[in-house]
Amino acid sequence: MSTANTSTVTNTGPGKPLLEVKDLRVAYGKVEAVTGIDLTLREGQLVTVIGPNGAGKTTLLSAIMGLLPSKGEIHFDGEDYVSPEIETLVGRGLGLVPEKRELFNTMTVADNLLLGAFQRYRRGDDSYEQTLSEVYSLFPRLWERRQQQAGTLSGGERQMLAIGRAMMGKPRLLMLDEPSLGLAPLITREIFRIFADLRRQGVSILLVEQNARAALKVADYAYVLEGGQIAMQGPAAELANDSRVIEAYLGLASKHQELLSS
Amino acid sequence: MNFQIALLLGQDGITNGAIYALLALSILLVFTVTRILLIPLGEFVTFGALTMAAIQMGKAPALEWLLLALTLIECGLDAYHFRSNLGSKRIQTMVLKVAYAVVMVVLIQMLPLAELPMAFQALLTLALMVPLGPLMYRLFFQPLADAPALVLLIVSIAVHVAMVGVGLLLFGPEGARTEPFSDTAFRLGPVMMKSQTLWVILVSILLIVTLFLTFERTLYGKALRATAVNRTGARLLGISPVFAGKATFGLAAFIGSLSGILIAPITTLYFDSGFIISLKGFVGAIIGGLISYPLAAVGAVAVGLIEAFSMFWASTYKEIIVFTLIIPFLIWRSMTSHHVEDEE
Amino acid sequence: MMNAVMKPKNLMIVGLLAILLAPLVLPVYQVTLLNYIGLYALVVLGLVLLTGVGGMTSFGQAAFVGLGAYSTAYLTTTQQLPAWLEWTAGSPWAGLLVGLILTAAVALFLGAVTLKLSGHYLPLGTIAWGISLYYLFGTMTSMGGHTGVSGLPSLSLFGIELDKGEKIFYLIWAVLVVAIIITRNLLNSREGRAIRALKGGQLMAEAMGVNTFRSKMVIFLISALFAALSGWLYAHTQRFVNPTPFGLSMGIDYLFMALIGGVSSVWGALLGAGVLTMLKQWLQDLLPMILGSDGQYETIVFGLLIVVMMQRWPGGLMSLLVKLLPAKYRQSHDIKLNDQAAELPRRELPNKGDLVLEACDVTRKFGGLVANNQMNLQLHAGEILALIGPNGAGKSTMFNQLSSVDTPTEGEVKFLGQSLKGKSSREVAQMGMSRTFQHVKLLGTMTVLENVALGAHMRGSKGVIPAALHLEREEEQRLLKEAKYQLERVGLGDYLYEEAGSLALGQQRILEIARALCADPCVLLLDEPAAGLRFKEKQALAELLTKLRSEGMAILLVEHDMDFVMGLVDRIVVMEFGEKIAEGLPEEIQTNPAVLEAYLGGAE
Repeated sequence: MSTANTSTVTNTGPGKPLLEVKDLRVAYGKVEAVTGIDLTLREGQLVTVIGPNGAGKTTLLSAIMGLLPSKGEIHFDGEDYVSPEIETLVGRGLGLVPEKRELFNTMTVADNLLLGAFQRYRRGDDSYEQTLSEVYSLFPRLWERRQQQAGTLSGGERQMLAIGRAMMGKPRLLMLDEPSLGLAPLITREIFRIFADLRRQGVSILLVEQNARAALKVADYAYVLEGGQIAMQGPAAELANDSRVIEAYLGLASKHQELLSS
Repeated sequence: MNFQIALLLGQDGITNGAIYALLALSILLVFTVTRILLIPLGEFVTFGALTMAAIQMGKAPALEWLLLALTLIECGLDAYHFRSNLGSKRIQTMVLKVAYAVVMVVLIQMLPLAELPMAFQALLTLALMVPLGPLMYRLFFQPLADAPALVLLIVSIAVHVAMVGVGLLLFGPEGARTEPFSDTAFRLGPVMMKSQTLWVILVSILLIVTLFLTFERTLYGKALRATAVNRTGARLLGISPVFAGKATFGLAAFIGSLSGILIAPITTLYFDSGFIISLKGFVGAIIGGLISYPLAAVGAVAVGLIEAFSMFWASTYKEIIVFTLIIPFLIWRSMTSHHVEDEE
Repeated sequence: MMNAVMKPKNLMIVGLLAILLAPLVLPVYQVTLLNYIGLYALVVLGLVLLTGVGGMTSFGQAAFVGLGAYSTAYLTTTQQLPAWLEWTAGSPWAGLLVGLILTAAVALFLGAVTLKLSGHYLPLGTIAWGISLYYLFGTMTSMGGHTGVSGLPSLSLFGIELDKGEKIFYLIWAVLVVAIIITRNLLNSREGRAIRALKGGQLMAEAMGVNTFRSKMVIFLISALFAALSGWLYAHTQRFVNPTPFGLSMGIDYLFMALIGGVSSVWGALLGAGVLTMLKQWLQDLLPMILGSDGQYETIVFGLLIVVMMQRWPGGLMSLLVKLLPAKYRQSHDIKLNDQAAELPRRELPNKGDLVLEACDVTRKFGGLVANNQMNLQLHAGEILALIGPNGAGKSTMFNQLSSVDTPTEGEVKFLGQSLKGKSSREVAQMGMSRTFQHVKLLGTMTVLENVALGAHMRGSKGVIPAALHLEREEEQRLLKEAKYQLERVGLGDYLYEEAGSLALGQQRILEIARALCADPCVLLLDEPAAGLRFKEKQALAELLTKLRSEGMAILLVEHDMDFVMGLVDRIVVMEFGEKIAEGLPEEIQTNPAVLEAYLGGAE
C-alpha cells in the first residue's frame, strides 16, 4: 500500500495551479481553528478535503471565500489576494455552496437561481439565460418547483437549489461544503454524479465532505484534515485504500477495520 | 362635525397619510436590507422642501457645497482605503463623482433658478439630494456594517442630530413654503379639492407601484430583497452589502426629498420639522411590525387620517394621540411573541 | 507618592475630598455647572446600566426627568390640590414620592409592551413616549404651558435650608455617590450577573433559569427612577420648571453623554456628563462666532463626534483612559470568597434506574424539511446515553426538543413524568434539567467564577434591593462557594479569576459543564463536551461523568468522538435523516452495518 502522508507528497499533475493556499491560519478569538494549511488545486481538478467533525474544513472554505479573516497566502488564478472582498472574488470566478445553504427562503426557486447570476447580469453578460436552462435540465425537480418558495423545499431539493444557484454564476472554481449533509443515499449518489459531470465540463471543484467514500471516488486528489492541519494527502484513489484514512477520520476503533474493508 | 368638514379632514388626512406611507416604506426598506432604522429620513424631507423653496426664490440653496464637500471626503477615504491597489477603474469612478458635484455647484450658481420651469426645479432638487443618500451610507454606516443593531441605531440618531444642525446652517431658522404644482381646484361633492392633494396622491401611488415592480421584476430589486432575506447568502452571490446599503439609502433619499417637494406647497417646513414627520412614518412601520410593507402603508395612511381628525377634536393633543397609536400594536405583538434572542 | 494616590481606594478618597471642598473654593458659576453635571450624571448612570450593561437603550430618559420635576412642581406650587392629594401638604418629599411612583408606573407599562419584543421597540417606544410627554407638559395650562411654572420651594434637610447652589450641591453629589455605590453593588451580585448576561447571553441565561424579561425590566425601572430623582433635585435646585429641558433632544443628549464617557463603566457616566456639559458651554460660545450667526450648531459637532466614536472608540473616553493606565492600576476582580460559607441545599435525585426523560414520537418539521421524524428515546437516572449520527442527522434539533428550546411539531417530551409542552427552557431548568451548548455560550469578559455562579442562579432567592444594599452577602458567599466547588471538581480550580473568554476552547466547554452542575440538576444534557479537548482532559472528563453517573445523575450527550463515547456510555442511540436507525450497547452499535453505512457514506 502506498503511503501518501508525508509532506514531500504534493498535488502535482497537469494543468496550472488555480488555487494555491500557503500556511493558512484562521483564529476565532484566541483559538486557532486552522493552523497552517498548504493546499493546491489545479485547473480542471476535483479536489476533496475530508476529515472528522471540527477538523477545520468549513473554516478553511470560509477563509478562502473571504468570509473569515485569515493569515497566510491565498493565490487564485495566479493573483494573490490580501483580505479580499467576497464580491471581487465572486467576480473573479469563485463560488461557494455553504454548509448552511443560505437560500433566500421567502423568494421563489426561480428568483434564487436568477440571483446566482447577479454579477454576470451586472457585467452585461446575457448568457445566464442559457445557464438557467442548463441548471433546469440538470435538476428537473427545480424546474417543477420554480414558482415555489425556497423555504418550502425538502432537504435534497434545497441542496440542489444551492448547487444550481452557485452554478448560475459560472464559477471557475466551485467550492462545496458538505453537499451530502442530511441527504438520503439515493440523492447523495445523484449529486455526486453531477459533480463528476461538472468536472468533465472543465469546472474545477473543491469538495469538503464527511462522506469519505463518495468523495474519494469522484476526486482526483484528496487532503485529510485533522485538528486544523493536513494529516494526509495524495491522489484520491490511493487514499481511498489507505486504512489509516478510515481510522483517523471515522474515529471508529481499529478493531472494525476488517468490517470496513470487507 | 358635518359631512363637509369630514371630507375636508379626510382630504388632509389622506394627503399626509400618503406621504407617511412613502416614508414608512423607505424606513422598512432600509431597515430590512441594512438593519438601520433611518431616523434622518425626515431630514431628507426638509432638505428637499427647503432646497426647492430656495430655488424658487432664486437663491442658491448652499446644499451643493455640502454635496461637494461630502463627495470629496468620500473620495479621500476611498483613496486611503484602497491606497495599495488603486486601480484605474476606481480613479475613474472618483473623478466622475467629483465632476458630478462640481457640475451641480456650477449649475446652481449659473442658472436663473427662479425662472426655471417647476419640473426642472424639482429635478434639480432631486439631483442635489439623491446622492446624499449613498454618501450618508458610505461615510457614517459602511464602516459599521457588522456592528450590533444598537450601535447602528445610535449612529442613526447622531446623524439625524448633526443633519438638523446642518439644516439650520444651510437654510436658516425661517420656515418656507413653495408654489403649488398647479393652481386649479375642482369640486368633489360639496368640497373643493386642492389640486396639490391630487398630485400627492397620484405621485405616491405611482411611486409605490414603481417600487413594487422594481422589487418584483428587476434583478437589482430582487438583489436588494435577497440581502434583506439572507445577508450571507447574498454576499456569496456577489451582492455586496455596500451596494445594497448605498442603493437603499439612495432610494430613501429620493423618496424622502420627493415627499418634501410634494408637501412643501401644503405645509410650512422648518429646518427641524423632519423628525416629527419621519416619526409618523415610523409609527406606520411599527404597525407593520418592521416587516410587512402593506401593513405599514395602511398604518401610515391611518396615522394621517387620525392626525387630521384629532386636529379637529383635540388639536392640542394631536401629536400625543398619534404617538400613543403604537401602544395597542406593541401590546398585541408582546402578547403573541415568545422569543428570547441574542442580539449580537 | 504617585503610586499611593493611584490606588483605587485612595483615588476614591481624593475624589470625595474634592467634592467636599469644591463649593468652598470655586466661584458660584462653577458650582452651578457642577450641580448640572451631578444631575446629568445621575441620569446617565441609569443609561450606563441600561445601554452599557444591558445592551438596550432609551431616548426617553429626559421625559422621566420631567416626570420627576413636574410631579413635585405640581404638588408644591398648586394652591388648591384635589382632595385626594391634600395629604401631601405641598411637601417636596411627597413630591418625590409621587414622582417616583408615577415614573415606576410608566416605566413598568412601557417595559411590559416593548421588552418582550426585539431590541428596536424600546428605543422607538421611548421616543414616542418622550415626545408625547413633552407635548403634554406644554398643554398643561395649570403648569404654565410652555412658559412653565416658578416659585418652587427650596428643600430643607435636617433644618438646613438648601436654598443656594453651593448648599444643594452637597445633596446632589451625595445622591450621586449613593447611586453609584448601589449600582456597583447590584452589578456585583446574583441579580447583577443575570443583568450582565443580557448582552449576548440571553438564551444561555434562560437555560440557567434566569427570567431575562424581569432582568431587563429591573434595569429599565432603575434607570427611570434615577432619572426621576434627578428631575426632582433639578426642580428644587432651579425652583422653576418648563418643558424644554425634558424634550427629546435632551433625551438624546443624555445618551450622548453616556456614549462619550463610555457605557461600560459607572465612572463613564460621570466623565461623559462632565465632558459634554463643558464642551457644550464652550461650543455655544465658539461656533456662532465662527459661523457668523446664532443657532445650536453644537449639535453638528456632537452628532459627528458620536459617529466617529462609534466607528473608532465604541468604548468611549473611559476605555481610552483605562488603556492609558498602567496594568497594575486597572480595576481588578476583587471577589472575596469565604470558605466558611454554608453549603447550598441539594436536590433529591431520582432513584437509579428511574425513567427521567422520555421522547415520545417526536417529529419536528421546518417548512418542507423533516429534521426529526418519530423519534423515541428514554433516559434513566444513573445512566449515560449517547446520541450520535453523521452531520445533519438532526441531533441538534433533537437536543433542542429535549431541552424545550424548541417545540415538537408532533409528539411530546416528558421530563419526570410531566409533559414539556408549552414549558419554556427556564421552567425546564427549574425542574432540574441543565445543559451545555454546542457553540459555547459564556460571558467572555466576566470571570470564570462568575460565569459558573450564574448556573446557581435558581438556588438563590435574594432580590434586587438586598443586592443593591449588599444585604445578601451570606447567600452570595454560598453561591460563589458552590461555583468554586464545581470548578475545582471539573479541574478548573486554578482559573477562578481569569476572564472566561481567555480560556482555551476545550476549557470553555468544561466551564459550561461546571455551570450546568452548579444548577444542581438531575438530568445533564451535554452537546459535544469532548470537542477540542486533549487526551488527558478527555480522560478527566470521562472520570467526572462516570462519577456523576454513580451518584445517580442521568446524562445525555451528543458527541462525535467515538473513542470517547464507546468507552464511557451505557447505551447509544444513532440517528440518520432525522430518524433513529439503531439503539443499543456500544458493542452492538460498533458492529451494526446500518451504522457503519451511515458513517462511511453509501455511494454505491
